[in-house]
Amino acid sequence: MKTIDINNECDIETLRAGDAVSFSGVMYTARDAAHKRFVEALEKGEKLPIDLNGSAIYYAGPTPTREGEIIGSCGPTTSSRMDDYAPTLMDAGLRVMIGKGKRNSAVVESMIKNKAVYLIAVGGAAALIKSRITACEDVAYLDLGCEAVRKLTVRDLPLLVAIDSKGNSIL
Amino acid sequence: MYKCEDISKKLGEAIDGALKRVDSDVLRMLKVAYEKETNERAKWALAQIIENDEVAERTDSYPCQDTGIAMLMVSVGQDASFDGSLEKALNEGVRIGYRDARKSIAHPLTRLNTKDNTPAVIYYNVVEGNGLEVKFLAKGAGSENMGGVRMLTPSKGKKGIINAVVEIVKEAGANPCPPILLGVGVGGSMDKATLLSKTALLRKCGQPSADEETAELEKDILEAVNALRIGAQGLGGVTTALACAVETAHTHIGMLPVAVTVQCHSVRHTTVKFG
Repeated sequence: MKTIDINNECDIETLRAGDAVSFSGVMYTARDAAHKRFVEALEKGEKLPIDLNGSAIYYAGPTPTREGEIIGSCGPTTSSRMDDYAPTLMDAGLRVMIGKGKRNSAVVESMIKNKAVYLIAVGGAAALIKSRITACEDVAYLDLGCEAVRKLTVRDLPLLVAIDSKGNSIL
Repeated sequence: MYKCEDISKKLGEAIDGALKRVDSDVLRMLKVAYEKETNERAKWALAQIIENDEVAERTDSYPCQDTGIAMLMVSVGQDASFDGSLEKALNEGVRIGYRDARKSIAHPLTRLNTKDNTPAVIYYNVVEGNGLEVKFLAKGAGSENMGGVRMLTPSKGKKGIINAVVEIVKEAGANPCPPILLGVGVGGSMDKATLLSKTALLRKCGQPSADEETAELEKDILEAVNALRIGAQGLGGVTTALACAVETAHTHIGMLPVAVTVQCHSVRHTTVKFG
């Protein structure tokens, strides 16, 4: 299987469902609780703690960081739990979602409209993914513990294009 | 007399170790699945899973960030005595075992996190003698959310049981991180069947039931589930489930309960004997 190297600047509209990609760049962690806060803030017209425009969000909540390490084990969580929130975030600029498992039709429709892409990481490959994370910075909602928003820099993160910006899916 | 402090310490250390190791039988089955697989996407996923489990072992890291809800199956002798509360000692053991792990336990309504991964889900089985044995299973949410119970009528028979499991696995799709392992409880009452589906997962992974008819059912379920071609991570391929373990209990003449617990490939469990 051919692997395409991608980063935050690449044209995601060229990616096709089924492409294996190797991602090097920046992504933000956010899962259930952070999504709820993002959407509540947007509904109130408040500014978000991250700039969503063109951003990548990774659905993950790592284990605690051990002394001397960058981050704990950090695999993807089930994306469908974010389905109720994802369209609102895409309308606000989110372009790349990374997680595991299927998405609902509302998410796919919003992806087509907003030219966004959904990538999957291997569920349960948390130690391997941890080894590809080169930097981690706390960003917001630290009271949420593992559900806090963190800025991750990754190198050669193995992902698969599950749903492309045209709505084609391999799931 | 058992000292509660000793129970907590020993259980804690065992849990800490178990959370950082994927069951070696499962790792062996994953390698067989990789060799057998021809679907290149599924092979892509399986290669990463195998590499992950080896990286975790080498670096003493958690193979999965979801270190789960702690389930304890306790066999306690009816003549055993303790210098304090056994339940408190077990939860303290969980607290110790999860000190570096992710704290994933929250109140169901307020969603407030207890921040120490307690309380554990504990089942007690009272046996003869004065022994104490605890089986620990870390149950992640992704797979646990995909389990189910079907209250079949007796006329549905074995075919109905197989269909029920297939339906549940089909519905689960990629969500429980396949390749999965299946624990199936058949008989008893609704709750008993569910408990059996958990104890089935505590059997040595891949080992068939000692009962011939049950072992046959396990084989049939595994074959039917793998025919779904969900495959590793839902990407297709021949291995959706690595193993299926069925436990049975006598049931009512008017009932045929079937419960399915779905276990992801990141199987983390251990057995601790005390005394």
